Parts: sequence; C-alpha cells; structure tokens
Amino acid sequence: MSGLLRNIIRFFLFILLQVYLLNKIPPLHQYINPYIYYLFILWLPFNISRANLMFIGFFTGIVLDYFMMTPGIHAAPCVLIAYLRPFVIGILTPKEASEFNYREPSPKAMGWTPYLVYTLILTLFHHGYMVLLEWLSFGSILHFIIKVIATTGISMLLIITTELLFPRKMRFRTNTA
Amino acid sequence: MLKAPLGVWGMRNIFLFIRRFSTAILFLVLQVVAIWFLITYNKFHRARGLGIANQITGWFNTRYNKAEDFFKMKEENRRVHKMNDSLMNLLAANFARRDSANRLVRDTLLFDTTANRYRQYIYREAEVVYGTVNEEKNYLQINKGSKDGIKDDMGVLNSDGSLVGKVIAVSPNFSEVMSLLHVQNKVSVLVKKTRSAGTISWDAKDPRFLTLKDIPKSDSIMKGDTIITGTYSLSIPPGKMVGTVAEIVPDNSTSFYILRVRTTAKFQDLQQVFVVENLQFGEQAKLQEETKKKIL
Repeated sequence: MSGLLRNIIRFFLFILLQVYLLNKIPPLHQYINPYIYYLFILWLPFNISRANLMFIGFFTGIVLDYFMMTPGIHAAPCVLIAYLRPFVIGILTPKEASEFNYREPSPKAMGWTPYLVYTLILTLFHHGYMVLLEWLSFGSILHFIIKVIATTGISMLLIITTELLFPRKMRFRTNTA
Repeated sequence: MLKAPLGVWGMRNIFLFIRRFSTAILFLVLQVVAIWFLITYNKFHRARGLGIANQITGWFNTRYNKAEDFFKMKEENRRVHKMNDSLMNLLAANFARRDSANRLVRDTLLFDTTANRYRQYIYREAEVVYGTVNEEKNYLQINKGSKDGIKDDMGVLNSDGSLVGKVIAVSPNFSEVMSLLHVQNKVSVLVKKTRSAGTISWDAKDPRFLTLKDIPKSDSIMKGDTIITGTYSLSIPPGKMVGTVAEIVPDNSTSFYILRVRTTAKFQDLQQVFVVENLQFGEQAKLQEETKKKIL
C-alpha cells in the first residue's frame, strides 16, 4: 500500500473515531475530554516538508471543526503542533530524515522513551492552546490548568493503548533502499 | 551611486527574507486564518463555508444516525406515544356532533375564522442527526433545512414538547441548533408557580443541569417546582416545559436564588424534535428595530 493511500485512510479513520465515538461517549467529568485525532499528524512520515505538514494540520483541524461546529478551535492547535513537530523530533533524535530506518515516528523508530516524550510534548501544546482558546471566551485560570492536565492524561492513555494494540507494520529501510 | 539598483536590492532583500522565514510566515498566516474563523464565528455564529461543509457533515451524520436509531428508538417511541396520547384527548373530533358539515382538516390556515383567532406558531418535525453534550458549546444538527422552510432563530422543542434550543445556521438540507448546553445560550424563563421571570444558562459542568438566576428570595421556591419558557422570546412559544428545580444553592450575598434546574429534555438521547416558527417574527423584530432607532 502506498504511503499516500495509507495516510488518507488513516485520516478518515481518525476523524470518524473522534467524531462518532470519542465525542459521543457520555461525559465522565467536565474536565475530561478524550482526544486522539491529532495522532494522525504525529504519525505523518519524517520526510514530509514543513509547509505541507502545516497545510495538512490545518486541514485536519478544520474538518473536525466543521463536524463540531467550532471553526478554528481545533485548526489553530493542529497548525501549532505541525509547526513544532520537526523541532521536537530534532531535539529528541538528532538525525536527518533520511537516516531513520523507518518511515514514520513510532516507538520502533525512535525508541519508547523518546517517542513518549515526543507525544507528551505535542499533546501538551495541542491541549494547552486549544483549552486556552476555549478559556478566552469562558472559564477561569484553575479551570484552564486542571483541564489541560486531565485532558493530556486521558489522551496519553489513549495513545499508549493505541500503540500497544495496533503496532504499525513498517518496513525496515536501509540507506541503499 | 544610482537610485535604481537600491530599489531593486530592497525588493530582493524582501524576497530573501520571505524565503528564509517561509515556514514561520506560513505558520503565522494559518494561525491568523484559524483565529479569524474562531472570532467571527463566536460573534455571529456564521462559519465560513458552512453551507458546503454542512452538506458533507450532514451526509456522514445521517449514516451514523441510522445506525444509532436502531438502539435508541424504543425510548423515543415511548415519549412520542405519550405526547400523542395527550393530543388525542384534545382533538375536536372527540366532541363533535354527527354533522355532515364537520370534517377533519389539518389546520395550517393563518386565520381561524370561526373563533376569530390567528395562528402564531407552526411546528415542523425534524430528526437530530448529530449532537454532543461534552463540549462547552454544544450544537445539534437536524435533517431539515432552508428547503423545508427552516430559518435562523426558530425555536426547537423535543418530541415531548420541552425546550431544546434554537436554530443558528441553515443550509439547504440541514440546520445547526444551539442547544441549551451552550455557555453563550441564555434563555428567559418563568417559575410556573409564582410567575417570576429569570434567565437560565449553562455552566458547562453537568449536561443534566442548568443554572437559573434572578428569582427573588421573596418567592417560596421548593424542590421540584416547574420551570417553563418565558413570554419575552420572539422565537420560543411561552409556557413550554424547560425543567424542574433540583437544588436550591444557598447564596447569602444577594437577595436572589441560585437554582439548579434538571432539564426535561435528555440531551444525550435526542431523536425527534419540533422546529417552531413564529409567523409574527418578522413584524415583531421589525418593530423592535424601529423602536431602537427612534430612541437613538
């Protein structure tokens, strides 16, 4: 399966999962809101250009926004994490994109600890910015802090579960290939 | 030194600058677009490109709703049956004499000439295809749109006649409804027993409860008192059920109650709703506008 087709299918799966499952489950608590759709952006290949990464991020966010009737509130954080992603990868694993033995960021490609730090940092940025935008129209500072922490916690739990349940099959690449 | 090359070099520098910081500039541009979407939408509830987006999300939501109906229709049936039961008892046919001139017609006339009354509200049924309760701003999507005569600012009632929200955006086949579970939605309501008016709103905590303020402590309010829609709204008919008082929160600093109201409409399993059109809306709204102009 080509990388493009694979990512298009993945995009639909993540959006449908977010809209029809995670946003429909009965609320556990006002602060806990499960989010996983942005994992699509974290899973994009290493060698994608930064401009394309941001366009894809914006598109992902705006599609979810039109489903949720909140234009902008998911698009802005998605663009932010798409912008920050190359920096975070660069700090955690100082390699060139062509030096990775796997196509996409995954526990296998980066190692469990750097991968979890990578997801945690971008999750915090995503939720922090999103809740900040919500908070500007509603809520208090305590509400903001607790909600960022609680939502990040549940998102990390979902990401780890996803990685354990659905290990992606990826080809090992060498420099010659 | 010549002037012309300086100008050319200046342009060149600008292009170099743009090329060097192209990702940062693109990032800022996309951020500004997203924030602009957000601000204009929150202010006017008009999303850019909503018409097309609504058609597409509506298609997906209809598919999802068909599957969901299979599991939830039983409860809905019970509510509709109950309402039918109460309406059956009101039918004029129950009391009619045996007269060949009497026949049952669906009453959509604007004037009832026999009783000298005019029709103010028309109800249209619609189906909820998507809705959430766990956001801070919750919306419902219904499967009737401008083709079916739905317009902005129409009221929306549940299948048992209790208040759900109001229409804020319309596309040809679908409409978006701002539900009561929306932090910006404030509705004027009455306590049925004492007829004192207050404003009901949502604090984004529990989707089963709303907060009612402005009811003076001189009223004797008890748990279980009925809250109904007020008479001041142009889009929502008065006297419709909103909820019942679940808790009286003590607040010694003011002379007004803070009441927690349990909503009658169960927002998590809304299926069939009524969209209410006020036929006098245009005239009433115009009068309000003209009044404002005269005062200014």
